[in-house]
Amino acid sequence: MKNRLKVLRAERDWTQADLAGALDVSRQTVNAIETGKYDPSLPLAFKIARLFEKQIEEIFDDKN
Amino acid sequence: MAKQKEDLIDWPGQTKEATIRLAKWTILWVITVAIPAFGPTLLWGENLLINSLAILLNIGVGIGMIMANIDHLKKQDEMMQKVQLEAMGFSLGVAIVGGIAFSMLDATNVIPFDAEIGGIVALIGLTYLIAVFVNIRRYK
Repeated sequence: MKNRLKVLRAERDWTQADLAGALDVSRQTVNAIETGKYDPSLPLAFKIARLFEKQIEEIFDDKN
Repeated sequence: MAKQKEDLIDWPGQTKEATIRLAKWTILWVITVAIPAFGPTLLWGENLLINSLAILLNIGVGIGMIMANIDHLKKQDEMMQKVQLEAMGFSLGVAIVGGIAFSMLDATNVIPFDAEIGGIVALIGLTYLIAVFVNIRRYK
């Protein structure tokens, strides 16, 4: 699944480790989500959306 | 986003701690397997009470190992849990298919030796390790 996580993180000048800490996941998980290799669970997707103050659909795109 | 450093979860540290705990329980369990396996021939002979107690000890420590394994899984984040669960599912499937096939090879005398449970345990361990390795690389 495509997502805008890397862009949103870069806009805030956060490292993958910063984001991982805020989401209570490992840096490897953030990296796998950003590269589209791992799709987060629904609770984690909501957590990401809340953190960036956006709707899930604004971050994740399941059309591709 | 402002999380205090002490509030952050140390995933590598937490996983390492749980892995060491699991390794200790596993070593202890292997030792308790050796007690009823070698004790009767090397130490106390055919003593039903001691043999039963040794097997009970083995089961008790085995339960501890299972609990440590569950704790090890719970201490991982969601992606690593998925990696572990997929590896466990794969090794369970291989154990069932491989175990039954191994048993039938023995029953039909295709192999000239007995199908020992140790062979299946080794197969499960190897399959699990390979599956974890492959899954970790897949998500990298």
